[in-house]
Amino acid sequence: MSTNSSALGRTPAFLMLLPLIAVLCFAVFWPVANLLGRSFFAPDFTLQYYETIVSEPLYWRVFIRTFWISALCCILCLLIGFPIAYAMARTSAWRALLIAACVLGPLWTSILVRSYAWIFLLQRNGVVNDLLIDMGLIETRLRMLYTEGAVLVAMTHVLLPFMILPIFSTIRAIPTDLERSARNLGAGRFRAFLTITLPLSLPGVSAGVLFVFILAIGFYITPALVGGPRTLMIGTLIAQQITELLNWPLAGAISLLLLAVSIATALIFQRALSVGRIVGND
Amino acid sequence: MPDLATSQTSRGASLDVRDVSKSYGDVKAVRDISLFVKAGEFVSLLGPSGSGKTTLLMMIAGFEYPDAGVIEVGGQDMTYVEPNRRNIGMVFQRYALFPHMTVAGNVAFSLRMRRVPRNTIDERVRQALAMVRLSDYGHRRPDQLSGGQQQRVAVARATVFDPPMILMDEPLGALDKKLREQLQIEIKALQRELGATVIYVTHDQQEALTMSDRVAVMNNGRIEQLSSPKELYEKPQSVFVADFVGDTNLLTGTVVDIGNGIASLDIGNGNRVQGAVARESGAGIAVGDTTTLSVRPERAFLEAGSPQGLSITCVDEIYTGHDLLIVGRLDTGATFRIRTKTPDAAPASGDRLPVAWRPEDAVVFPGKAPEA
Ligand SMILES: Nc1ncnc2c1ncn2[C@@H]1O[C@H](COP(=O)(O)OP(=O)(O)OP(=O)(O)O)[C@@H](O)[C@H]1O
Ligand SMILES: [Mg+2]
Repeated sequence: MSTNSSALGRTPAFLMLLPLIAVLCFAVFWPVANLLGRSFFAPDFTLQYYETIVSEPLYWRVFIRTFWISALCCILCLLIGFPIAYAMARTSAWRALLIAACVLGPLWTSILVRSYAWIFLLQRNGVVNDLLIDMGLIETRLRMLYTEGAVLVAMTHVLLPFMILPIFSTIRAIPTDLERSARNLGAGRFRAFLTITLPLSLPGVSAGVLFVFILAIGFYITPALVGGPRTLMIGTLIAQQITELLNWPLAGAISLLLLAVSIATALIFQRALSVGRIVGND
Repeated sequence: MPDLATSQTSRGASLDVRDVSKSYGDVKAVRDISLFVKAGEFVSLLGPSGSGKTTLLMMIAGFEYPDAGVIEVGGQDMTYVEPNRRNIGMVFQRYALFPHMTVAGNVAFSLRMRRVPRNTIDERVRQALAMVRLSDYGHRRPDQLSGGQQQRVAVARATVFDPPMILMDEPLGALDKKLREQLQIEIKALQRELGATVIYVTHDQQEALTMSDRVAVMNNGRIEQLSSPKELYEKPQSVFVADFVGDTNLLTGTVVDIGNGIASLDIGNGNRVQGAVARESGAGIAVGDTTTLSVRPERAFLEAGSPQGLSITCVDEIYTGHDLLIVGRLDTGATFRIRTKTPDAAPASGDRLPVAWRPEDAVVFPGKAPEA
């Protein structure tokens, strides 16, 4: 009886989802599958595009640079984001709002605008160079734009909110009584943080790192604008293959590799998360 | 500063709170409170929500610092000592067990912080868990325990390092009545065994009366009265205490006569009632003053020809199991309640009943009764 009625109740809901599923299939899944599929045919089944990638050092360099910059970006976001998230979670409501406005405000600004802002700051005649010269710290203007450092700084800025938000919400959910309890039982401020707050915030840290890393390895606009052609990253490479070289199959092959790495990272983090739950246990 | 690593005292420490005040912005949470608790004493802080109980407890634990005043524990000034250097046990309202540690890990935490050797830790954790009858639960996670069991873990965790003083903030607030009564007995027994001083916050007056050596009734950031449960119940020093502790009838009237510590009040409609003048305010009451008389429902009885000459119209009667609660209305319109052992003939609604009490069983306070 009950199974019957719930099955009846579910059918219309499923029907209502159908148009959305159809749109998603046509607008997203099909083109993606198409792009990825093309990497295996020329026109018969082949792995030649993958061989090209493996045998060409340029691609290797781009892949390694992408992971390197993404990993550094993750670490920077974590180092900057954790204290901010912690402060936001543990301060009064209106102060938290103020911090949120400063840190998360960029989320409402277009990535394009933020990237151009960095170009404006870092270019040879830009604000940073002007400042350094005025202060007498340097004599000749530095080349900061179109370097890995510039990409790293700009990406960290753009991706920081994705680190802060999950950590903030995890820490906010930890009752303050737990830290107080630890203090009461004899732990100093730092030990209370290390033994209680830090382990309990790991799920948020893990989610933040995952967000930032996966967004970073696929990042396109910021590396393309701030990094220029010399600091090519995977995202830029894919776009270049499609828009400039019209090499769709190769773009598909690179995309598939990127997708595989993203999924692998997500899985590894899921494992790390469940391990993180066990850590701190006695 | 107490030496945390070697403190093995199982005897309690005294608590001396002197002229302590604390405000949060405009809110005066604690106003000029002084409180002395003897070593090994069990004192409850009882009061309505927002009366400052938690704030006072937090200052004793070291999570808040007073704006003014001194807090001494065992004769040592603790006012501004860090919480982790106070060696005071604490049970939080929501237990605050560490969710990522096992029960044993939770109980061992304080000993690990004190760098007690590993095998000593194991032994003392075992003892502490045995004391709260949770020997077999050491390896479990807090979320795998029932509320009552979590509460016991919290008690074990707060006592395992033999603190000379234990603070409890409504430790049984989240439990059902039956479990609460059982744990009240267990906590009391544990306290006797450990000999620790206990400051126990509750807003359940029954709990405060049954467990405590003395009860501090708090209202509006002040201690209204600090005395033994018996004295608190029978000799309340203010209308607030009379009203808050136990059930009472409050009648407002004008003093027409005072003699031998007994005041007669005119409560309107020609009704005269009598009660003992509250000790603390004896000097403050004179003929013509507006005062409030408090008489407990179980001290009033149904009897004709009393000195009070008071009658009620029965409105309702409630059978509670061990007695009968008669709710009536005075001629002045005020509600009046009486508890009696089940009478032979239960009164019916609408009956006129004569009411009386011994003057020394009622207390007269200056001022009007607070609006209910
Ligand atoms: N951290 C705080 N910030 C601002 N106001 C506070 C803070 N803590 C307590 N107060 C205020 O101080 C007053 C006393 O609060 P307290 O928590 O001590 O009351 P309580 O007696 O413990 O009440 P309850 O029975 O509800 O726990 C209240 O008016 C409360 O709003
Ligand atoms: Mg409270």
